[in-house]
Amino acid sequence: MLNGTEDEEKWLAEGIAGIQHNAFYMHRALDSNNLREALKYSAQMLSELRTSKLSPRKYYELYMRAFDELKRLELFFKDDSKHGVSVVDLYELVQHAGNILPRLYLLCTVGSIYIKSKEAPAKEVLKDLVEMCRGVQHPIRGLFLRSYLAQISRDKLPDIGSEYEGDADTVMDAVDFVLQNFTEMNKLWVRMQHQGPGRVREKREKERSELQDLVGKNLHVLSQIEGVDLEMYKETVLPRVLEQVVNCKDDLAQYYLMDCIIQVFPDEYHLQTLETLLGACPQLQPTVDVKTVLSRLMDRLSNYATSSADVLPEFLQVEAFSKLSNAIGKVIEAQVDMPAVGAITLYVSLLTFTLRVHPDRLDHVDQVLGACVKKLSNIPKLEDSRAMKQVVALLSAPLEKYNDIVTALTLSNYPRVMDHLDIGTNKLMAMVIIQSIMKNNSCISTADKVEVLFELIKGLIKDTDGADVDELDEEDFKEEQNSVARLIHMLYNDEPEEMLKIICIVRKHTMVGGPKRLPFTVSSLVFSALRLLRQLQGQEGDIVGEEASMTPNKIFQLLTQIIESLSAVPSPELALRLYLQCAEAANGCDIEHVAYEFFTQAFVLYEEEIADSKAQVTAIHLIIGTLQRMNVFGVENRDTLTHKATGYSARLLKKADQCRAVYACSHLFWVDDQDGIKDGERVLLCLKRALRIANAAQQMANVARGSGGPVSLFVEILNKYIYFFEKGNKQITSSAIQGLIEFINTEMQSDSTNPDSVADAFLASTLRYIQFQKQKGGVVGEKFESIKL
Amino acid sequence: MNYLVGAFKPPCNIFISFTDGRSRKQVPLKKENGKTVMVALFQSQENIVGEVVIEPIHGKKVEHNGVKIELLGQIELYFDRGNFYDFTSLVRELDVPGELYERKTYPFEFSTVEMPYESYNGVNVRLRYILKVTISRNYVSNIVEYEDFVVRNYTPPPSINNSIKMEVGIEDCLHIEFEYSKSKYHLKDVIIGKIYFLLVRIKLKNMELEIRRRESTGSGPNTYVETETLAKFELMDGAPVRGESIPIRLFLSPYELTPTYRNINNKFSVKYYLNLVLVDEEDRRYFKQQEITMYRNLEAS
Repeated sequence: MLNGTEDEEKWLAEGIAGIQHNAFYMHRALDSNNLREALKYSAQMLSELRTSKLSPRKYYELYMRAFDELKRLELFFKDDSKHGVSVVDLYELVQHAGNILPRLYLLCTVGSIYIKSKEAPAKEVLKDLVEMCRGVQHPIRGLFLRSYLAQISRDKLPDIGSEYEGDADTVMDAVDFVLQNFTEMNKLWVRMQHQGPGRVREKREKERSELQDLVGKNLHVLSQIEGVDLEMYKETVLPRVLEQVVNCKDDLAQYYLMDCIIQVFPDEYHLQTLETLLGACPQLQPTVDVKTVLSRLMDRLSNYATSSADVLPEFLQVEAFSKLSNAIGKVIEAQVDMPAVGAITLYVSLLTFTLRVHPDRLDHVDQVLGACVKKLSNIPKLEDSRAMKQVVALLSAPLEKYNDIVTALTLSNYPRVMDHLDIGTNKLMAMVIIQSIMKNNSCISTADKVEVLFELIKGLIKDTDGADVDELDEEDFKEEQNSVARLIHMLYNDEPEEMLKIICIVRKHTMVGGPKRLPFTVSSLVFSALRLLRQLQGQEGDIVGEEASMTPNKIFQLLTQIIESLSAVPSPELALRLYLQCAEAANGCDIEHVAYEFFTQAFVLYEEEIADSKAQVTAIHLIIGTLQRMNVFGVENRDTLTHKATGYSARLLKKADQCRAVYACSHLFWVDDQDGIKDGERVLLCLKRALRIANAAQQMANVARGSGGPVSLFVEILNKYIYFFEKGNKQITSSAIQGLIEFINTEMQSDSTNPDSVADAFLASTLRYIQFQKQKGGVVGEKFESIKL
Repeated sequence: MNYLVGAFKPPCNIFISFTDGRSRKQVPLKKENGKTVMVALFQSQENIVGEVVIEPIHGKKVEHNGVKIELLGQIELYFDRGNFYDFTSLVRELDVPGELYERKTYPFEFSTVEMPYESYNGVNVRLRYILKVTISRNYVSNIVEYEDFVVRNYTPPPSINNSIKMEVGIEDCLHIEFEYSKSKYHLKDVIIGKIYFLLVRIKLKNMELEIRRRESTGSGPNTYVETETLAKFELMDGAPVRGESIPIRLFLSPYELTPTYRNINNKFSVKYYLNLVLVDEEDRRYFKQQEITMYRNLEAS
């Protein structure tokens, strides 16, 4: 078997030599107008084609050589002045050849001249030829012979408008002829499969696929016949071709021919004969790749649909969708062994089809998804990654088409399909959905849709049973949750009522997300609610009275509950920030007790949950900052809160932090508003206390490290002094500032202090500021004048 | 020397010619020496009319005991060489005993001669017709001259000409049904037919149709049978599957056939057979032979 190809080369070379040899004598006979000799040598030449040793590819080479020679012979035959024999006699004469293969090649050659001479009706000659060719039953030789017949008869079919057109029903004759030749060729082609030893099956299939175009060419010829109109295609051509396709029971042939039919005939024919064409699909062998066939059909049809708007009514008229849908159902039913991926691919194609052809028919989309769900539900567990990919494609298609998740949300089967995805894919799909929303900036505005949406992305919202938490990639997880958080912001409705519902639904879903997810989602949710609150305020008056349920109080309750959920995480820092945010919102709404409540919560968190000193520093600054802006509180409440805040400040761990917190507290007593609190005395107290702490810090540093502590603290305090001084706090005097500056200067010059360029620069610019203010003149200038530098 | 040569040469030349010789159809005839000559063609019941010219060589006189012309139909069996069976023998006396000095012409006529058998040149047998002119002489051998002619008899197309249809096979191996459109063919006829494959379990390679001629001579224990294959015509290439039907169209004109001769004068018969041969991949041959009747048809020949 090793030198098989070598042998083949040798045989081919021998064959070619044989053809050349005999062709040489044939040419001589042709030149001397010797018909007898010409026939003899042409027959001998054609005998080379009787070989069984060549593979189809090599045989084709040989065939082409002979084909070229036959063209010369044909020219000679055509010119009866050269040989003096009428074409009718010639037609008989060539049949005297004893070997069938040369005889039939010659017969076909003369036959073509016979038709041209019009001495007999084309249909009679064609019929005779196609019938006589039955004598060659060897698959390869038969295929090539019939292919020769097809070749020479192509331009001589009694087609409409052709010069060979007969009297009546003439196209039918042409069609009959081609169909018969096609049928026989296909039979031979299929037969190849069953001949020879079984072990070379693969090789044979390869050889066969090399020959497929010979068979397919007939279909191409059929499609070229002018007279094959829709009517004839429907009544004759298609049924007969399909009959052959179905009956040959050969997967290779069935696949190729179905594809061929789809590709060679016009789209509108397919559309009008959809039922017949599709009817054949479930009858094909189970091993035939029907899904590809159908996919191609649908692709073609959908391209056709998009080619022109005029053809769309046709699609509706023939109910293309329901036919395709039925067919797919039947195919899936018939081919029990079809892997899930196959079925789903089919659904994807159908979906693409309907999206392109009937973009307005959402029910179709839903129907396809429904069918897919049905199929999937029969499969215990979808583990095929390719199948998974197809499902993702299935789900992504509508998103891409409509560019709008809102549409997809109305599809009841959409989430049901998603249920069949594995966890990873499900998440992936959820991400796709979210990204689609982001990309298109679509706003989901009704509670129902939100509900569906969260149902869809529940893979991201909560832990699925059986999910292996360890495998989660931290980065991916963050990415996912950030997406969810972003998504929450996309849910919006102008109607507060609806918006509230949306928030409730989101809350319902996110609350089950577990401690890892809550930090991501809760803040989005809180801010979403806060936005609603502002919205409510914006339309105040009309709404508040109308709906008792829609009071700010109600929302604040909700907020409290939402934030409380963080305690389970626990994430006190975040909760604290959110409480403060809410407090500020309550301030905006002018609801003192709620604001107070939020502050209380914040303080409680501070006391009980925030133990880390750094976090405490951050938290206290936040508290101070927020509290400073509050104007809703009465004196008493405010005192309580500020007192608390100052107290916390003084109890921070590091002196520097204490100092900074304390001087920040000074702002709590001086709100630079029209009717803000302006308690200069307590401001001074705070600042003095800060100075004390700074001193203590300085000393501690000296003791601990033998060097001076940070001078910058003093500079910072100096800045506070200057601020309040500028704002007109009577308790802050220019002499106090001056004293402080001197103190700082001394400190800086002392040996024990490490040179600190930052502090130097800070001080320098502070002093420059004072200088600048002095030069300003006016009220400010006068004020600063008293500070001597 | 001259005298001697002259002594062995016949003293006269004899020419036999037919009255309608110029217009009569000539057909080739293979002589014993292998040469083919063109001779006149007759059929039964024709009048054979002509003349015999006797021309003595430069003024020699020929003495004779009478001149006669015979029309002979002979069957010659090669294995029995030298034995002729004359099934037809007609004689016309042309001249009474006397002397010939100069060229003399004798017309002759055989009216409506019965020539029931056709001329035939076979493997073991020959049937021929001759005109034999004999100048009988005393003491020296008779001067004899022969003229061959060919007889062909035409038969009208048979009124009954059934098709040959038959199902044959080897159990569980091969079942075919073949059909030839006719059982009787004229010599330029076309055999049209079909072979249906009802069951094919062997790997066939090809199929041929042979035309065989069976010539049997003699009778009883001395019967000699000679079979020749005159045509081998490939009908099918490759292996068919069940249900396939293969067309047959065989033109008979290229082959040298004769009509079927049955028991000609109890001496010989010539019969024709169609032999359908199927060859499998191991070159085993499966065949079925069917007799066909050949006849000569006037229009076609």
